[in-house]
Amino acid sequence: MMPVALAHLVAVGDPLFSGGAGDTLATLAIVVLKAVVTFVVLLVGVLFMVWFERKVISDMQNRIGPNRAGPFGILQTLADGIKLFFKEDLLPDRADRRVFKLAPYLSLVPAFLAFAIVPVGGTITIAHHKTFLQLADPPIGILFLLAMSSVAVYGVMLAGWASGSKYPLLGSVRASAQMVSYEAAMGLSVATIVLLAGSLSTHDIVTAQSGGVTNLFILKAGLIPFFIFMIAATAELNRPPFDLVEAEQELVGGFHTEYSSIRFALFFLAEFMNTITMSAVVVTLFLGGPSGPGFHFLTWLWPILWFVAKLFVFLFTYVWLRATLPRLRYDQLMDLGWKVLIPASLGWLLIMAAIQLELWYAGVGLVLGLLAWAMLARAMRVGRERSASTFARGGVTP
Amino acid sequence: MLHPLLGAATADLAVFTVSAIIVLAGAVGVVLARNPVHSALMLVMTLFGVAVLFVEQQAHFLAAVQVIVYAGAIVVLFLFVIMLLGVDKEEVLEVEQLKGQRPTAIVLGVLSLGELLLLARTQWATGAIAVAGPADGPGTNVEKLARSIFTRYLLPFEATSILLVIAVVGAVVLARRPTVAEPDGADEGAKA
Repeated sequence: MMPVALAHLVAVGDPLFSGGAGDTLATLAIVVLKAVVTFVVLLVGVLFMVWFERKVISDMQNRIGPNRAGPFGILQTLADGIKLFFKEDLLPDRADRRVFKLAPYLSLVPAFLAFAIVPVGGTITIAHHKTFLQLADPPIGILFLLAMSSVAVYGVMLAGWASGSKYPLLGSVRASAQMVSYEAAMGLSVATIVLLAGSLSTHDIVTAQSGGVTNLFILKAGLIPFFIFMIAATAELNRPPFDLVEAEQELVGGFHTEYSSIRFALFFLAEFMNTITMSAVVVTLFLGGPSGPGFHFLTWLWPILWFVAKLFVFLFTYVWLRATLPRLRYDQLMDLGWKVLIPASLGWLLIMAAIQLELWYAGVGLVLGLLAWAMLARAMRVGRERSASTFARGGVTP
Repeated sequence: MLHPLLGAATADLAVFTVSAIIVLAGAVGVVLARNPVHSALMLVMTLFGVAVLFVEQQAHFLAAVQVIVYAGAIVVLFLFVIMLLGVDKEEVLEVEQLKGQRPTAIVLGVLSLGELLLLARTQWATGAIAVAGPADGPGTNVEKLARSIFTRYLLPFEATSILLVIAVVGAVVLARRPTVAEPDGADEGAKA
């Protein structure tokens, strides 16, 4: 008997579930195995990523960085983690105890779950069962990522509120506004990709990009959704230059100011896990995930290597951005999100949809889009002049 | 799952029981929690339970949208308002805030329950129990949903979107005070 509910939840396309030949125990075991392996790989990935970020930033800032624990200081994160475990766990007097304890887990769980839909390789065979190298291939695929990233807001928001202190609250209010704002732009650029792939499933999105560089959605979708997604994803991750959530100069440490010990470690873990997940999603959506040329021997290996290689490009890019760019001001952040990214991604989505039908529709769409953009720019200009004149007349200062 | 008796029906029943308990516990929690933030969190729990019920009914798209829109945007907005307005204090439940609030609430609650049961069991109000028809046939859940929204239910769908645009424009007009200059960022943040 197939566990119908489970099968539909976990996978539709996965050949693991299409057999239906009685062997449920093995199917279940493989699913559990995949979940455990994914979790362990992510944890090790985080350990490595923290070290990688510190090392690369040190290089860019012309210093040495961690070099004591293990060769090249590679065990530094492990040492830091063990140290954090044994630190005193503080609970502020004015904190809301239950929510304060819940918040770190609300950050961590979505961070881990979101990785479940990322295809990390091709199809492999475990004990005569064929299965995709991805934890789950649900029919809603990429929507699951958006759902998880919208749930992740809660961790940050509740952490700041439950601390019962003003800097964390300011940090979390900033964070929730920022994450909700950029989610819209992110969703719209994902919609462009879904339009091209004709499917929400991440496996189908990767399959649609196989067979040559020109099939990759980064080129097929015309670069714009890629850049919008990268910017929005960086803002969703609260990574520099969008790390207003924990702007040290203004907010002490932002939403996790009052957190210490293992609870702080959980936030830290979630942040780096999210960085890895988002990079993996960019690779999946725009760079064809694990697809790439391979050899005839060890056929299962090459897709994984391609995936990791592409992943590294983005992990490095995030570190590079952090080392290079200064933090945005809050109003610049909101302007970029609402006045640039959302209109641009919406307009591009319309043009791409028109191209799918007929080319001349796209021309019409482009003209209409430019017209709408001109009106928007004019409206923003009028608004700015009006508030400036109110300011000059001695109105309330902004 | 492993035993023939524990087949699909049992799995469905188990999923339904667990998520129904979560939904009801959340709903009771929304009413009973003293702190508005705790109430909002209980509401999130209910919404998640409903999302699981959708998945169990093979309505994957609805489940995803339930989480993205309701849990991810609307309750976040609730929390945002609760935190910004500073009403996140414990409330004394013994005192009635409005006179005659409780008897009215009980009467209205019983009436709503009766209405729900009536609509679930009979069809005189709408003329049919369901008009959408069975969701079988080829294609995934998402395809079928898209097909019915953009063909048969196109007009109600577009009318809903117009209604939403009107609501947004109305909210912006009502919230703006033209004589007072507002900082760009704060204005934008409030709308978010």
